[in-house]
Amino acid sequence: MDRFARLAMYAALLLGLVLTATPLLWMVSASFMASGEASAYPPRLLPADPTLEHYTALFSRMNLARYALNSALLATAITVTSLFINSMAGYAFAKLRFFGRDRIFKALLAALVIPVQVTMLPLFLMLKEMGLVNTYWGVLIPGMASIFGVFLIRQYALSIPDSLLDAARIDGAGEFRIYWSLVLPLIKPILVTLALFTFMGAWNDFMWPLIVLTDDSMYTLPVALANLLGEHVQDTELMMAGSVLTILPVTLLFIVLQRAYVEGIMMGSLKD
Amino acid sequence: MTGGAAPWRQAGALFVSPALLLILVFFIVPVFIALLLSFSDFDIYALGNLEHLRFIGLRNYTDLFGNPLFWTALWNTVYFVVIGGPLSMFVSLGAALLISSKLVRFKTLFRTVFFLPVVTTLVAVAVMWRYLYHPRYGLLNYALDGLGIEPIDWLGDPFWAMPAIILMAAWKNFGYNMIIFLAGLQSIPDSLYEAARIDGANRWQQFWHVTLPMLAPTFLFVAIITMIGYFQLFAEPYVMTQGGPSNATLSVVLFMYEQGFRWWNLGSAAAIAFVLFAIILAVTLIQLRLQGAR
Repeated sequence: MDRFARLAMYAALLLGLVLTATPLLWMVSASFMASGEASAYPPRLLPADPTLEHYTALFSRMNLARYALNSALLATAITVTSLFINSMAGYAFAKLRFFGRDRIFKALLAALVIPVQVTMLPLFLMLKEMGLVNTYWGVLIPGMASIFGVFLIRQYALSIPDSLLDAARIDGAGEFRIYWSLVLPLIKPILVTLALFTFMGAWNDFMWPLIVLTDDSMYTLPVALANLLGEHVQDTELMMAGSVLTILPVTLLFIVLQRAYVEGIMMGSLKD
Repeated sequence: MTGGAAPWRQAGALFVSPALLLILVFFIVPVFIALLLSFSDFDIYALGNLEHLRFIGLRNYTDLFGNPLFWTALWNTVYFVVIGGPLSMFVSLGAALLISSKLVRFKTLFRTVFFLPVVTTLVAVAVMWRYLYHPRYGLLNYALDGLGIEPIDWLGDPFWAMPAIILMAAWKNFGYNMIIFLAGLQSIPDSLYEAARIDGANRWQQFWHVTLPMLAPTFLFVAIITMIGYFQLFAEPYVMTQGGPSNATLSVVLFMYEQGFRWWNLGSAAAIAFVLFAIILAVTLIQLRLQGAR
């Protein structure tokens, strides 16, 4: 009985593996095919004569390096600033006292149900007034603090022993010093996790950059890719190469740091 | 340590203020501006000169409810949420149950591969799925042909376009909920299963009487975040179908985007955003209430 159950389970898992991986593997494979090869019938799974021409075309003719740089720059800036701002707030919500702390925190959590699209129209108008539409700032500013980030840090920082903080205070350390050289090292695991979440979220974000960036030299990779699709809809292999390049950085990052990422999801889903 | 003006009270306020200020200015305040906006006729002329701005009460909302296109968008979105949400949750739970089974090895491998679509960029995978769905040379129809099924014009046929988007979304998202279910399954104590076994429960009864009830809170959480996420359907139809064919994949957010950022009817777009917000809020509250009632 157990033998049969085990066999059935492996069969189901293998089927899942094939169904999950095939689209991604086909994308990579098609990106190396000669022009038109992906539009053959019956479909080819592997390139007859692998070529890099679409990758070189993306960089030489389609400005892809610029888009990749935009994406990398923006995702990094959002990650670094938001990590700093969210960790300060998250730590304070967990360990420091101030007026209305618990009520404010509850209100923030309740605000999580507001769909971000509600804010996009006014945000666009506000940033337009500030002259920040079509600038990196326009993408960066709304990403600099996040309720989810504050929440994640707070949950983790709750476990810091108060005695440790008090000992540092007795030794005469200032509050910022305590945060910077005691708390930050203590919460490093969750910082890594949040950094990963934020970076991937910013890298993969589509709707807001699409709205706030109007000049195509400012585009991030996803926006550029959607735009390229409009002009090159027939060039399957070229589009696959563009997709591979868009996906590659976050995929590699995930594979290297997957433990931190997976633990972050679990932490975010467990209530205190 | 409650009394006195400990210096860390000030520090606390100081530490949260950058985050609170940013969230207030760039999230909370815009929500209220959006509400005001939804009572105005803000359009391309007002964008140029604010003197053209007028408050028109509820007219954006009444116009919206009289607009068949809005109902189409709403219907499509509800279709996506009602079919796609449970489908992706069902697959997630199945995958989590399989992976967490004691009989299975290579758990990390399976988990990693199942999760990969989650981290990939939606636009890039939507671009790829466009080609998988190609009626003539797409891989999907080729596979169906092998099973003796006639080719389907996935994205060109109004009947199939939304199912195609649902299928892609389920593929893309199931890994995320799978991780949450895995965490929930891990937190069920082994002693409960042992007790059930001693009482003579078979696998199915254990699943029905131990696993499912213990997973109820996880279920609620997953259902709510999936529902909130799925109501915000945008990039998939934007990239794959532009809302077509014949508006079969026009979603509420895509409709809002087009009203707002293509035709610059910001007042009307704000009303759409608020209706979406109200629906999400209502469904969340109903789900919480149902859970509380049990």
